[in-house]
Amino acid sequence: MIYLIFAYFCLSTLGISIMALTRKNPVHAVLWLLLLFLHVAVIYLFLNAEFLAMVQVIVYAGAILVMFLFTLFLLGARELPKKKRYTSMIEGRLLIGLSITATILAVFSSIKAKYTGKYTIKYIQEVGNTKAIGVMLFNEYSLAVLILGVILLIPMIAVSVLAWRRRDDTS
Amino acid sequence: MIEFLIMLIKTTVVFGIVLTHVAYTTYAERKIIGRAQARMGPMEVGPHGLLQPIADFIKIFFKEDIIPVKAEKLLFQIAPLIVLVFTMINLTVIPFDKNFILADINVGLLFILASASISVYGIILAGWASNSKYSFLGGLRSASQVLSYEIALGLSLAGVVLMAGSLNLRDIVIAQHNTALGVYAIPQIIGFVVFVISAFAETNRAPFDLPEAETELVAGYLTEYSAFRYALFFLAEYVAMYIMAFLCALCFLGGWTIPKFVTDILPFLEKVPGIIWFAIKVYAFIFLYIWVRATLPRYRFDQLLNIGWKVLIPAGILNIIIIAIFKRFTS
Amino acid sequence: MIPLEAYLILAGLIFSIGLVNLFINRNLIIVFISLEVMLAGVNLALVALSHYMNDIRGQVLAIFTIAVAAGSVAVGLSLLIAHFNLKKSVDTEELCELKEE
Repeated sequence: MIYLIFAYFCLSTLGISIMALTRKNPVHAVLWLLLLFLHVAVIYLFLNAEFLAMVQVIVYAGAILVMFLFTLFLLGARELPKKKRYTSMIEGRLLIGLSITATILAVFSSIKAKYTGKYTIKYIQEVGNTKAIGVMLFNEYSLAVLILGVILLIPMIAVSVLAWRRRDDTS
Repeated sequence: MIEFLIMLIKTTVVFGIVLTHVAYTTYAERKIIGRAQARMGPMEVGPHGLLQPIADFIKIFFKEDIIPVKAEKLLFQIAPLIVLVFTMINLTVIPFDKNFILADINVGLLFILASASISVYGIILAGWASNSKYSFLGGLRSASQVLSYEIALGLSLAGVVLMAGSLNLRDIVIAQHNTALGVYAIPQIIGFVVFVISAFAETNRAPFDLPEAETELVAGYLTEYSAFRYALFFLAEYVAMYIMAFLCALCFLGGWTIPKFVTDILPFLEKVPGIIWFAIKVYAFIFLYIWVRATLPRYRFDQLLNIGWKVLIPAGILNIIIIAIFKRFTS
Repeated sequence: MIPLEAYLILAGLIFSIGLVNLFINRNLIIVFISLEVMLAGVNLALVALSHYMNDIRGQVLAIFTIAVAAGSVAVGLSLLIAHFNLKKSVDTEELCELKEE
């Protein structure tokens, strides 16, 4: 039973990611991407990462994709018109992409989980997934969290600067 | 198999009760607003107009379902379903009583926030797919409003999570019952006020009902909808009101428990089943919704966003800092 | 028990779908979307390894990835808007000019 559900989610994740990237209308692409993130969140639940699944939905679906949609509405960008290219070489680019894909798959399928840490399933059930992540995040990686705060602050300033238009600039 | 059947019955009971409540909340709303404006409210259908909601629902479900020619047909059709499904799904993680909860998951509070952030898509898509400028503007307004107020809502709930030490709604209520005051509304008064205001904005209710401001935008993202698709949006709005009332009762008012100092003075109150206390708190919050709608005028859109970003979010952060200091020196 | 390889191959495939599309697509918005798909694959690999190695650090790292992705998308999309205001196009070929006309 669990294999069947997992197989469904694997296949539909792959199908959805192909659908998301082949749409002509960007709004449809974003909606397929939303579906992809929901499926990925479910696969996180298979891996006992409940907190991360929720964070994935809240951050990606609730913030990032809405930002995409707002940008698309702001641009009013519909389908991209076909036009003559300076360079084409679609075969060459496809070849490079597929060879990198083959390398990635060869490497990934040979990875073995040799190392075993102390966060076993039993331990996490006792403490709770969220608490385990929180303790790790704010003790061992407390400096990284501070840097992350700065990393999130700088885009905020950058976006305000980029989006700022002077009043006399409208001519 | 028998477990599955029990689960199915429980789910049906919960959804049935909530939907009945939703139907009669519309009636109560019209009656209370009527009284507030020195009118009688609905009186014609049944005694004191008691059958009015049933008549309304029968009427709206038998109307013609109109889809505009230039609309994106599929998205136009599924948008109300997205809103309704991702609002109703929240009912599964709400503990109605100590042992009555459909799915007791560890991250219940985050689940509610997550599904709230997905139901926004229904609103945006309804606005975009209708291919009409009123719908589109209404949808964008609604989306920016819901998203900005979700931050304030999350911050006010973060104080609760910090104090209770859990994201599980049942554990939050139990932790609350073990404190001296029995409710989090008093030690976290700032968080409570922030929560109530952002709950109003989050459900698009007056005085923040700008997405549906009929004087400016016809009916916002609902403009092109008719018949049962309109009814689904309507249903989703009222279920969302109930979800917010449940969340308020669970996180700030003690859920199905009453404070210990009350039961010390009046011990017979312990005999009262928990679901009744829970219902009283929820009804009080729903009454507040209706009362505010009857009393306050609507805000302007820039005022709305200013309140969200410049008042509520700093107040929410202040609340977290106070709770963190409080927690540091008491435990 | 589902083997680790299943998750890793799934993650690798999601990543490669994004990657191949990054090479062949010319629409800047779709390019951004393929970056997000690639990040989803990376996160999936991190979480899978975290689960099978009994170490929570993979999930912590995935949280960092998500947060940084949020920041990068914000900057990227505002650059996209600035570029669109200049050229009225979201085609990557328009990016090849170095000076403003």
